[in-house]
Amino acid sequence: MSAATLPRIISGIPTHGFMSFEEHQAIHGTTPVLPPRREGSALEMEVARSGLRGHGGAAFPTAIKLHAVARARGRAVVVANGCDGEPASSKDRLLLARLPHLVLDGALLAARAVGARDIVIAVSEGLDRTERAIGVAISERPDLRRGGPQVRVAVVGEGYVSGQETALVNFLGGGPAKPTAVPPRVFERGVGGRPTLVQNVETLAQVALIARHGAAWFRELGTPEDPGSRLVSVTGAVAHPGVYEIENGAPLSGLLAAAGGAPVALQAFLLGGYAGTWVDPARGMSLALSETELTKAGTTLGAGVVVALPTSACAVAEIVSVAEWLSVQSAGQCGPCVNGLGAIAATLQHLQHGSAGAAPIERLRHWASLVRGRGACAHPDGVAGLVTSALDLFGAEFADHALHGACEACARRRILPLSAPRPRRLAA
Amino acid sequence: MPLKLRVNWIACDAHGMCAELLPELIALDDWGYPIVEPGAIRPELENHAKRAVAACPTCALTLDRVAGRS
Amino acid sequence: MTVGPSAYWYLTRATGGVAIILLTASVALGVLDVARVTTKRMPRFIVDGAHRTTSLLAVAFLAVHILTAVLDTFVSITLVDAVVPFVGNYRPFWLGLGAVAFDLLIALIFTSLVRRFLGHRTWRATHWLAYACWPIALLHGLGTGSDTKSIWMLAISLGGLAVVLVAVCWRAIVGWPTRPGLRLGALGGAIGFAFGMALWLPQGPLGPDWAERSGTPSPAPATSTGSVVAPHRPSDSVVERA
Repeated sequence: MSAATLPRIISGIPTHGFMSFEEHQAIHGTTPVLPPRREGSALEMEVARSGLRGHGGAAFPTAIKLHAVARARGRAVVVANGCDGEPASSKDRLLLARLPHLVLDGALLAARAVGARDIVIAVSEGLDRTERAIGVAISERPDLRRGGPQVRVAVVGEGYVSGQETALVNFLGGGPAKPTAVPPRVFERGVGGRPTLVQNVETLAQVALIARHGAAWFRELGTPEDPGSRLVSVTGAVAHPGVYEIENGAPLSGLLAAAGGAPVALQAFLLGGYAGTWVDPARGMSLALSETELTKAGTTLGAGVVVALPTSACAVAEIVSVAEWLSVQSAGQCGPCVNGLGAIAATLQHLQHGSAGAAPIERLRHWASLVRGRGACAHPDGVAGLVTSALDLFGAEFADHALHGACEACARRRILPLSAPRPRRLAA
Repeated sequence: MPLKLRVNWIACDAHGMCAELLPELIALDDWGYPIVEPGAIRPELENHAKRAVAACPTCALTLDRVAGRS
Repeated sequence: MTVGPSAYWYLTRATGGVAIILLTASVALGVLDVARVTTKRMPRFIVDGAHRTTSLLAVAFLAVHILTAVLDTFVSITLVDAVVPFVGNYRPFWLGLGAVAFDLLIALIFTSLVRRFLGHRTWRATHWLAYACWPIALLHGLGTGSDTKSIWMLAISLGGLAVVLVAVCWRAIVGWPTRPGLRLGALGGAIGFAFGMALWLPQGPLGPDWAERSGTPSPAPATSTGSVVAPHRPSDSVVERA
């Protein structure tokens, strides 16, 4: 693999079927065998030097997680999270369907580093072909046959919060796919009470590449604070929606161009999915897609999601639709979330139809600030950020609907997806 | 050592006793759930905080040590 | 001047009566607590605190009730009988119910004191035993007690029963309509208990020869400390004349 170019993760990705073990080794080289935990933490150190952060949305430094699980008491479990919680994200299912061996490499390397003998690959339900692909991929591997770790596939129900770290661990332990209170954190006590390493499948794919080519290679792309590359799902009003691999720090304009550009005028970008924020198109185009820069700009890519909203859509209707869905997606365990998101969704609905009563925008902002940080998971925070940024960007549209009710664009079909999309065509 | 309050939002069932016993730091929102002032608890309120923690019917309120020097 | 056995006997009866009043209050306050009853002058933590305090007070009075019963040499009741049911000499079944109720109460208090280590769900599961503790305590009092036929003790017992019945009915309604089977069962059980009492009392402790029927042993021989005289117990329905 040549030094500082893309593609990396999606090198040679097939357009249908999955890359076999042979092809995988031909492109990436043989799977490295690093010393196990008791003989040192070679993988952990390399990953630390690389500066890799998680790709599930939280961007937590991977090396710290590896270290914490390796040090915890008890035999560890590795969970590869391929659940694609965001409806507008499809990179996880794509990786599992097309490049399972890269993910399995990463999972095996991580298992060795933390001393785990059990690996679980979590995939969303309704993806039978992907499930089968993973199963075949597992059976193809000699390192999984002779006394290697046990790998099983777990099918997780399609819920927005089901892929959240503690919810997933709860589900894998036989409970419901609902978040649990921390402490204890899953790296101390997770599946079956054992220390559990939960990593997004893309993160594991990156680990597999870092183990082969080294931290310095990883850092040849990207920025010093956000090194490497990442996968981004681009949907909405673009010519070629799909999953793209970008260099961290690349401008959004570059990503848009790779996706064939926007055939129509845009009114906003949604960055980061439904726990992200709305951004003005002009400002958005000039944004550098690295978490550090985006955080400074008050936004985020989350799990790598960009949605382009055309001017033909009604922003208010889109947000009402998503807010309703997000309120139903609440696990229903925490009062502020259940009540707060319900109040937000109901008020937004009324507002869209001009029946919201006095000061609906103030009330919405009040509830958004009320639910932040007051739940067992970050779901209410995500909704608060989404709604607040919408009120900021689309202030005029909201005021207009509050006064005059639904507009003609309200009746059009919604752009923003509310259930997981099937894997799309992709490119580098 | 300084202490801070933590709410287990899954266990919390809006009984509201914490707000009765520690009104200086805990208020109730529109639905009866606690809004807790973040940060370390003033030393003179620590005993009240402990009482509020003991009073919670669902054991949803706990005291954590604040990391760092006291 | 040494304290004569009759003083212990009066104390054990009095503290027993107070204990059943306190336990009744505790059950009522417990239901008010879980039903989240509150007024401007009676915040939740007061109801909750009063519930905990009456329970602890009940234990304090029971401690005296048990000690004085043990120290009273007129009938042989040992400390063991206070916690191990049905092994005693004196009205073994009815006294034993007292031991059962006391054991349950200690379990209730202990689990409540270590609630934070047990976890809420475990604590809640054990706290249901309170609804078993009270009727057993009542039956113990009516069956063992010397004052069952007296008006004041009947008033305390039946008054307490009425209060607890109302409390249980209220508790069964809190949270309606979830789990209707369980609620109806609880209501049925409570009303059934009340009816059972109505049927049993006249033939039981309020009926003739209860002392004999309940297993009172023949009077104890005089003790070796010569200054003790067999006590005169004018209202006593306990001692069987030889």
